[in-house]
Amino acid sequence: MPTDAAVDERIKEESFFSRMMKRPELGAIAGVILVTVFFLITADPAMFTLAGFMNFMSPAAQLGILAIGAALLMVGGEFDLSVGSMVAFTGLFFGACVVTFGLPLIIAIPATLIFAACVGAGNGQIVLATGLPSFIVTLAFLFILRGLSLVGLKWATDGSTQLRGVRDAVEGDWLAPIFSGDAFPGFFTMLANAGMIDTFRNGTPKVTGIPVEIIWFVIIALLATYVLQKTPFGNWIFASGGDANAASNSGVPVKRVKLILFMITACCAALVAIITVLDSGSTDARRGFQKEFEAIIAAVIGGCLLTGGYGSAIGAFFGAIIFGMVLIGLTYTDIDQDWYLVFLGGMLLVAVLFNNMIRKRVTGER
Amino acid sequence: MNTRTEHAPIVHMQDIEKHFGNVIALAGVSFDITPGECHCLLGDNGAGKSTFIKTMSGVHKPTKGRIMFEGSEMSFNSPRDSMEAGIATVYQDLAMIPLMSVTRNFFMGREPTKGSGPFKRFDTDAANEITMAEMKKMGINLRAPDQAVGTLSGGERQTVAIARAVYFGAKVLILDEPTSALGVRQTSNVLATIDRVRKDGIGVVFITHNVRHAMAVGDRFTVLNRGKTLGTAQRGQITPDELQDLMAGGQELATLEGSLGGTI
Repeated sequence: MPTDAAVDERIKEESFFSRMMKRPELGAIAGVILVTVFFLITADPAMFTLAGFMNFMSPAAQLGILAIGAALLMVGGEFDLSVGSMVAFTGLFFGACVVTFGLPLIIAIPATLIFAACVGAGNGQIVLATGLPSFIVTLAFLFILRGLSLVGLKWATDGSTQLRGVRDAVEGDWLAPIFSGDAFPGFFTMLANAGMIDTFRNGTPKVTGIPVEIIWFVIIALLATYVLQKTPFGNWIFASGGDANAASNSGVPVKRVKLILFMITACCAALVAIITVLDSGSTDARRGFQKEFEAIIAAVIGGCLLTGGYGSAIGAFFGAIIFGMVLIGLTYTDIDQDWYLVFLGGMLLVAVLFNNMIRKRVTGER
Repeated sequence: MNTRTEHAPIVHMQDIEKHFGNVIALAGVSFDITPGECHCLLGDNGAGKSTFIKTMSGVHKPTKGRIMFEGSEMSFNSPRDSMEAGIATVYQDLAMIPLMSVTRNFFMGREPTKGSGPFKRFDTDAANEITMAEMKKMGINLRAPDQAVGTLSGGERQTVAIARAVYFGAKVLILDEPTSALGVRQTSNVLATIDRVRKDGIGVVFITHNVRHAMAVGDRFTVLNRGKTLGTAQRGQITPDELQDLMAGGQELATLEGSLGGTI
């Protein structure tokens, strides 16, 4: 009987290229390159100045924070269609904390995150307890939370669907700069004085700093990637999404993993809510409208399989950047902006076909 | 007299009965397994093999009967309990995830970590190294530890599952029809793995309905039929034909065999 399987002559040495072809984030990176080339040719060069970069990165970051949460959850084998409504709902909660109850940010922000985690846990608990597809349960919450946001806003403002006055309420709060405005203004002023970045005539820099959401976006992408690739919990996420039954036979606490992922996704939505509410100074019921779909599309472009067990946070990161580039990039071109929607659907279709191919390569299916 | 009987059994199942409502799945089955032996459990479909091993691995609680583990009575409430005691079960569906790498599958649920506090992380280098080494011991040279399990053949997946159980300290390894879906060469690989594991002093419970596979590695043979043990035989005391007859319940197969011209 063969005891030592010698090097199997039927397995070819893998080239660097074909190894790369198996990475989930490959499609998204290729997409970013493609879109960049496209806009380099068609768009006004202003798009690729520092100011233009911040312009498209800012919406990319807001979507990206949601997309990374969605990607983790999708790798774990579940969906959350309620993230868009969650942005409105937690935005309302946050707005009410700050304006109606006059709480300082040090209390309002953690309270909002905890509140979001509880709603996310509720979502998850229903999915896990009933065994129903998360698709349908969170679809219900898409409407429930949106409706509650409307009702709640009217209740908090006596009939309006917008809650204003956030900016005045947080004026001077020491935590505000971490969640709103631009970071590192001093550094950018210094660069401007040194003549390294563009300035207005009066000498103030055109870009006063990095919008904080971009910094949050990068931090969350790195953190999520670290968790997925380098921690036991990351392995549990892959296992829970790959085959929940096999995972729990092997001792993975599948339900706990999924519950935590639902809570993380909700917290990502809450973070986006906090940042955008502080940024605009008000909250309204349409905030985050249809963001759940965009987040899932960004995650899919980033290589997440709809069936779970495969995907990456870095992929979702680039997926969101593609979104931002196209949304803002089209304004720098002569192209009708409504092409955005066509692009969106096309990109999703290409990504799904591409992912299917990658999955077959990884598992060696034919 | 076989020298193995001098060892105390690791697991001794005494007069196990299992009823599901008014269906009697097991009607008094006794079975034991000693270190370093391969005890084959044979039986046709519906004989109660699966129910029996699920009782042994803690999925079912027996209606009657005792489970002795290393001399003391045990009651397993969950598969986790029996796993912790050292009874590892490799099910037909393998508990492997095709999209995940061999290493990630190998350590699924029991990841080695390094660092401490918030910096505690999955020690992927050590995990990769261990996986490569353990698979090599089992005679499989992986191309890379990050190869997805989906790219492995059925026999290789069985071997990963067995290697995983052995690495995590199994004293008893229950293999549920490991060869039933495999080709000739892969089957012989799995049988060789069973032999290797047995030599390390692990008791192997090998469930099969293929007499030839059982004869190739078995030290003892227990035949189940209609929820009862039809007896246990030592290696050399029984011929493949007798085993085959016992499994099928004797006469019926003899007549069948006549009409089929001895092809089974």
